[in-house]
Amino acid sequence: MTLVSPSSARAIRVGIAIVVIAILPAIVPTFVVFDFIYVAAYAIAILGLIILTGMNGQISLGHGAFMALGGYVAAVLAHNFGWPYWIGVPLAAVASGAFGLVIGAIALRLAGVYLALATFSLAVATPSFLKHYKSITGGFGGLSLDAVKAPAGVPLDGQQWLYYVTWAIAGAAFLASALLVRGKFGRALRALRDNPIAAISFGVNPYYYKTLAFGWSAVLAGIAGAFLAMTTAYVSPDTFTFALSITLLIGAVLGGMLTFWGALVGAIVIEFLPLVAQQVNAGAPSVVYGVTLILMMLFVPDGIVGGVQRLTRRLVRRAPSTPEFEPPVPTAASMAVDHSTRE
Amino acid sequence: MIPHYRKAVTGIIAATFALTVTSSAVAPALAADPGVTDTEIVLGGTHPYSGPASAYGNIGKGIAAYFSYVNDHGGVNGRKIKYIDKDDGYSPPQAVQIVHQLVEQDKVFAIFDTLGTAVNTAIRPYLNQNGVPHMFVATGASTWGKDYQKYPWTIGWQPDYQAEAALYAKDILLNHPKAKIGVLYQNDDYGDDYNVGLKRGLGKHQDMIVKMASYETTDPNVSSQVSTLKAAGCDTFMIFATPKFAIQSMVAAAQQSWHPTTYLNNVSAAVPFMNAASKAGGPSAVAGVISTIYLKDPANHARYAGDAGMKFYNEIMTKYLPNADKDDGNYLYGVSIGYTMVDVLKRAGRDLTRKKVMDIATNLVEKDNPLAYPGVVIHTSPTFRYPITQMITARWLATDWSPTGLLVDTRSMTMAENK
Amino acid sequence: MHDLAQQIVSGLATGSIFASMALALVLIYRSMGVINFAQGELAMFSTYVAWQLVQMGVPMWGAFFITIVVAFAGGVLLERVVIRPVERAPQLTLVIVTLGLFTAINGLAGWFWGYIVKPFPTPFPTTPLQIGGVAFSAQDVGVIVVSLITLGLISLFFQKTKLGLAMRAAALYPDQSRVLGIRVGWMLALGWGLASVVGAISGIMIAPVVFLDPNMMQSVIVYAFAAAVLGGIESPIGAVVGGLILGVVLNLLGTYVEAIGNELRLAAALAIIVAVLVIKPSGLFGRATVQRV
Repeated sequence: MTLVSPSSARAIRVGIAIVVIAILPAIVPTFVVFDFIYVAAYAIAILGLIILTGMNGQISLGHGAFMALGGYVAAVLAHNFGWPYWIGVPLAAVASGAFGLVIGAIALRLAGVYLALATFSLAVATPSFLKHYKSITGGFGGLSLDAVKAPAGVPLDGQQWLYYVTWAIAGAAFLASALLVRGKFGRALRALRDNPIAAISFGVNPYYYKTLAFGWSAVLAGIAGAFLAMTTAYVSPDTFTFALSITLLIGAVLGGMLTFWGALVGAIVIEFLPLVAQQVNAGAPSVVYGVTLILMMLFVPDGIVGGVQRLTRRLVRRAPSTPEFEPPVPTAASMAVDHSTRE
Repeated sequence: MIPHYRKAVTGIIAATFALTVTSSAVAPALAADPGVTDTEIVLGGTHPYSGPASAYGNIGKGIAAYFSYVNDHGGVNGRKIKYIDKDDGYSPPQAVQIVHQLVEQDKVFAIFDTLGTAVNTAIRPYLNQNGVPHMFVATGASTWGKDYQKYPWTIGWQPDYQAEAALYAKDILLNHPKAKIGVLYQNDDYGDDYNVGLKRGLGKHQDMIVKMASYETTDPNVSSQVSTLKAAGCDTFMIFATPKFAIQSMVAAAQQSWHPTTYLNNVSAAVPFMNAASKAGGPSAVAGVISTIYLKDPANHARYAGDAGMKFYNEIMTKYLPNADKDDGNYLYGVSIGYTMVDVLKRAGRDLTRKKVMDIATNLVEKDNPLAYPGVVIHTSPTFRYPITQMITARWLATDWSPTGLLVDTRSMTMAENK
Repeated sequence: MHDLAQQIVSGLATGSIFASMALALVLIYRSMGVINFAQGELAMFSTYVAWQLVQMGVPMWGAFFITIVVAFAGGVLLERVVIRPVERAPQLTLVIVTLGLFTAINGLAGWFWGYIVKPFPTPFPTTPLQIGGVAFSAQDVGVIVVSLITLGLISLFFQKTKLGLAMRAAALYPDQSRVLGIRVGWMLALGWGLASVVGAISGIMIAPVVFLDPNMMQSVIVYAFAAAVLGGIESPIGAVVGGLILGVVLNLLGTYVEAIGNELRLAAALAIIVAVLVIKPSGLFGRATVQRV
């Protein structure tokens, strides 16, 4: 007993989101609009993480490194060479994507905790590299950038222009990703996550798809990094510590690894949770933040989107709505059982 | 990581009294600046209350404690201070977002004591574009003093690490002219500033520096670096490090039976740190170590037992932060800088505008900050925005620092640097 | 040449710091297949408890033993209260829970004890020792010896005792173990308790060297993670060997390879570890997993 078909329901949801984003600057204070530019950037990065880790099962604790690469490419081109961002951002995406392919190739041999360490190493090493090549990157002082201005003839101020551009790019990123995973690519990624041996025997080439998954998710993170740089109008090694990578992962899990909406929700959470935590207890915001993470995982282990889906399922009592892709199979308890032929 | 609390004591303007009297007599009623009402002044700031730099969050707490004291004692010319202090996690993007909120929603009068070079570099353009005073920033980079023409609303607070290092350099040239210098420094703008100052101070004798070894704040210890310096044959050891690593380096040197002439940056020279090094490495680890002082050390109970300024600090801490560790110099720093800020505001009188406050802050002579080392005068001018330039050299003798010589003013060295 | 020896000895001393934390990480991983990012913070918190006891006048050894007991109880409690509800959740959910614990415990420690660096008492004498011109401290030797003893005890426990066997069974084959009457949930709790004890010992050994502050373990955990994985995430021996190797390699890279220097030595060491993993994907002492099709 469904009122609307799933695809129409999705179209309605997307439509609502677009409308809300479009009118937001008119109804909220300017500094909130500013915060939502960051939400857009984080959403793009987390989307990449959801595709790589949620859909393809390759854990990445190092996505901040791809953001750093994208951010610094855009910043260096603007600061050192005066290149405009409409050149800088695509180049950031390309650079980051290429690097992602390289890391993806290395990651082919690794899985689980070993892959986690490899990607974590990337995140840890990033500030060191940024400091080391100081003639290009400006070292620990960072690079100050000019604030973004709207082009002539557009009746928006710089911040509003940046807001709409960032969300437009986010929309394009989500659309492109949806098209990418709709067909063979998405099925291949999921198959490789759930049952690699069956997938291979069906002719799915793991090297190709797994590397590509890394590459695409890195492209997204690189774009996100570029926008982070533009919005802050400053980059420094402190902007891209391993805490950023951890935060992205938190956003992905809290939002929900199962659908693209999780990226949007996750971005909102990681953007506003630190600010909310301070309202609760300014003296020890870490405690509030940490406890919130734990409580959320206890109550909505599938993330907020997962929790909402389960709730609506129970309320509407119809056939389980299909998430955009199937949940991954391994659970913690069975993870340890993976060694079937030990002694 | 830049511990800036050392220079917390910024001077308050005293020199403009003549100007303010004449100008206020004829000043017409102006539209009030944001953040000022009949009963309230709103000040905003950010500090790291989470993340690896959270130790410096205590500076903000010290400031809040002092402001509470002021509010309980008549406020500032009849207005109470509302202080909004938020956590920036030492992250430039987070700091930028919070500052936007403070300016656009909370409509603060001024932003005050924001911490860290990266954070301040990120927020400076926005604040200057919007004419918001960016006051007494807690960082050691020379850019705050150098770039004031481009960013007139920003005034550095200037712990002035370069001048401190230059002072050590002069001491070496005077007393150890054949020294072979080994430098251990933190690999960020904090350590970099010290290195720049050391090299400038040595002038054409820079080749006395035989070896430099850096460490990252993510390193577990510095014994490898200390071995390297010892192996290079150094007999003079410059420690440009934050407390934990400074203690480790003194201990490591003693353990490796290396006893150079040691110069220690004053950030790490508080009495509890010296005692910790002595306990872990034996008395030889700390004997004869040289440092500088320009601020009172709240953990040095012996020296400041009868001191009025320290009594004042302790009273404030007891009343407003009863569970805090008074020995933590970050709180003292906060009280100090809070004192300065309030003094600036008081001197501006009832007619409070942003421009006036900046004028006062850049024409400052303060002699009575209760927490500066006796004799230190905080002193700025419109073209010289480094409030503290005086310090005294001291030597560690078993249980305390023993000042040697007189208070030295490094002002001329700093002015030469900035040409 | 004697400088090289000094760097190696220092490296072993630092490496033993990593080794002791890595042991705790391996213990948790063996029982539930997750890297517990909060392990370092738990160890730091336990160390503060020990410090507090000493401050209150409890003699050093007494304080250490009480702390061990408290750490064990704390680990068990955490597992039962926080981890148990999400035992069957996706692995990433557990990771986030450990990250939440990490943040919360770090904040708590800062709140209770402040951030100023504190010295920590050591049972070992502080006079420096020298062999052949190479200096080290009794503390350094102490950390290595204690790590090795802990390793030995843990291996004995798992290999030779019934309880250890039950824990291993519960981790590998939870369903079959239940059929055999093993209380799987409590085995997990026990695993956490043990890991917590190892962490506390690690913290108490490390604190005299790195000095006590709430962030003291944050960098150590990175190295410990790398060491544990290098050694093979399920192997206690691998954890110790991995830690020692990492310590030495870091020193040698930082001191003797100009292009790397101290700034890039961690990045270089991690790159080497990743390279090792690519060649031997389950680490030095790990066993290659074979999947039944």
